[in-house]
Amino acid sequence: MKDIADLLRHHPFAEGLDEETLALIAGCAKNVVLQPGDYLHREGAAADSFYLVRHGAVALETFVPGRGAFTFLTVKSGEILGADWLIPPYRSSFDARVVELTRAISFDGKCLRGKCEADPRVGYEMMKRFIPPLVKRLQSARMQALGMYDAANA
Amino acid sequence: MPPTLKACAPLPYPMAPSMTRVTRFIRESAEVFTFDLAPERVTPFTPGQFNMLYAFGVGEIPISISGAADAPDRLTHTIRAVGPVSAALGRLKAGDQVGLRGPFGVGWPVEEAKGFDVLLIGGGIGLAPLRPAIYWLLRHRAAYGRVGVLYGARTPDDLIFVSELEEWRKTPDFQLRVAVERAGPDWTGDVGYVTPLLSKLRYDPADAIAMICGPEVMIRATALALEDAGIADSRIFVSMERNMKCAIGHCGHCQFGPLFICKDGPVHRYDRVRDLLAYREL
Repeated sequence: MKDIADLLRHHPFAEGLDEETLALIAGCAKNVVLQPGDYLHREGAAADSFYLVRHGAVALETFVPGRGAFTFLTVKSGEILGADWLIPPYRSSFDARVVELTRAISFDGKCLRGKCEADPRVGYEMMKRFIPPLVKRLQSARMQALGMYDAANA
Repeated sequence: MPPTLKACAPLPYPMAPSMTRVTRFIRESAEVFTFDLAPERVTPFTPGQFNMLYAFGVGEIPISISGAADAPDRLTHTIRAVGPVSAALGRLKAGDQVGLRGPFGVGWPVEEAKGFDVLLIGGGIGLAPLRPAIYWLLRHRAAYGRVGVLYGARTPDDLIFVSELEEWRKTPDFQLRVAVERAGPDWTGDVGYVTPLLSKLRYDPADAIAMICGPEVMIRATALALEDAGIADSRIFVSMERNMKCAIGHCGHCQFGPLFICKDGPVHRYDRVRDLLAYREL
């Protein structure tokens, strides 16, 4: 049976991470299996964890009164889910709903923040892994916000 | 012997429309429709070429051919109703007349792509000009390496060619990813911008050719992402759109730097237009 460090080692997030750091952050992690319809977090709730999706898909949603839930991003295998644990007040900005059977590595955000504070080298390794996907998502969100496929832009 | 496309014969009177009739009309989405035309003569075309369609009493617009290149006795066009002419074309029904000039322009490099992995990336109505190339690749599948299609649209309700998307999804040795920008809870596919999905396709960047059609913002972002993935800019092809009027490079309406989109395109090699795309005045 694979332990959490093994699972972590096979996720793109851990690429290039030295064994010492990997073992250190694995201490904040656990393996989770999520069923379709499960919510990883709800808008406004405490953001105390993040996830490395190993297999499956999770929809990030927001609820529009009278119109229902709208998905604006799906997070899939090999990707990171959750950034609100990084910045105060550590509050989830959106709902995260499991779309299909999902296996993920769940991290305790408070535990990991503590290790980053204690060892800035670990913090820097985490930053290098969080910033690129966050910037790409920001760029994509801008494209989506432009309404690129609307008639005026097509 | 590998299949080849026959070159189109020069049109004897390129400015004179011929009369055609709509033989089939399909509503794809609230704004997009497809119709088949039965031309007077067999009209060979290359995937990616376009025709000028004339709605009588209203005007003429360029529309890419969205049907199969090996069925030239039937010309299929998929149109988004955004202006007076396209809206008028959208009010036609089977049996109604349409003026037709074409085919015009330079199409997708389906011959040049033989032996390569092929990526096709379409955004919005941009899937329509890519569909003849998809048909061609599927029909001559053995001549190509891995094939992947990315398609982005606003919402699930805006997707076009829905039944074919389902067929393509089930086709062996054919990768398809569809992303919408927003969706309700019933949608289980990808949501987000289409370009990041490139990382989900299997292909060898050193031996891949990419074809992109969609809004120009998307073309620029996707071409850069393809370059970042290792595909040479000379192997990236983009379909451009400008104000095409005569379709034969005489009127100058679609001039794009030293190029005429109608005559030198609409499909261009990216390395030849990349710098021009950066000029806001063009």
